Amino acid sequence: MDFKNSDTIAGPRAEDHLPDTATTAVKVVIVGGFGVGKTTMVGSVSEIRPLTTEETMTQAGIGVDDNYGSETKTATTVAMDFGRISLTDELVLYLFGTPGQERFWFLWNGLFEGALGAVVLVDTRRLEVSFDVMGRLEERGVPFVVAINDFPDAPSYPTADLRTALDLPPEVPMVRCDARRRASSRDVLMTLMRYLHSLTMSRA
Amino acid sequence: MTPPQRERRAHQPGEEQDPGRLYVITGGTDGSQRAPLDLVALIVARSEPPPTAPPEQTALLRLCRTPLSVAEISAYLGLPFSVVTVLLTELLAADLVESRAPVVRSELPERSLLEAVMHGLQKL
Repeated sequence: MDFKNSDTIAGPRAEDHLPDTATTAVKVVIVGGFGVGKTTMVGSVSEIRPLTTEETMTQAGIGVDDNYGSETKTATTVAMDFGRISLTDELVLYLFGTPGQERFWFLWNGLFEGALGAVVLVDTRRLEVSFDVMGRLEERGVPFVVAINDFPDAPSYPTADLRTALDLPPEVPMVRCDARRRASSRDVLMTLMRYLHSLTMSRA
Repeated sequence: MTPPQRERRAHQPGEEQDPGRLYVITGGTDGSQRAPLDLVALIVARSEPPPTAPPEQTALLRLCRTPLSVAEISAYLGLPFSVVTVLLTELLAADLVESRAPVVRSELPERSLLEAVMHGLQKL
């Protein structure tokens, strides 16, 4: 295995160390089509420079296999950008952004499992790139909110039209945001937490 | 101008687009031998690396002098998540690291946990 010499590994900067009291970590996944600003959102609220983790998977050949007995396999690397917010001395929130290869996100065991919920980031110039991932979240029962990343040149549809277009149930929050701004991204996360909180109240 | 309309996904047998089978590469170790570690499980070293430890383990133990998530370890070591979990399984078995299990969503997270998250976000 190709492995870096341990002396050359750049670990976290001194200011990026978590206190030893950190005991509990939670995660939120930010999904959306290519280029909608997922990594931007992770970066704007993260206390660390966003990092990248990856998973390598092999995919058995699909379709008619003429060479029976010898399966063709393709290795696929799925990368995730992520950031971190220390909420208290004990509690840490991790945010995972999901670049590209949408159909593979859900095959990464443990990415969505255990996530508090998800943010679906939407670019109104290309609304349709969000449709598939919303369906997959619904199928897996991952609660999510929709955040419209307001690009300056994006068409400004009325909120009601967007809700209809996305076929959003009335209880699912939809907010507008500027993923480049820390406060705006923070507000999106607050919206998700309030929504999750309301779900616990209604199911109590 | 109206936005494009989302169609709900219809379940039709045989139409599923997910690849059939996927295998995680673990460098020869069988997947069943890996500890069930979440991406955000916090790992802390329990001791300095033993002189006999292989370089990967030594690097990992040095990284985890303060708590670090499995995802961060993967990022800093430049190794895929599944390979890191193999390394961690060995280190956990040898009692060289401890894992602080993450809170996982069963149905819905605890209300008190959500309140703690909201409180923390408000201070940002």
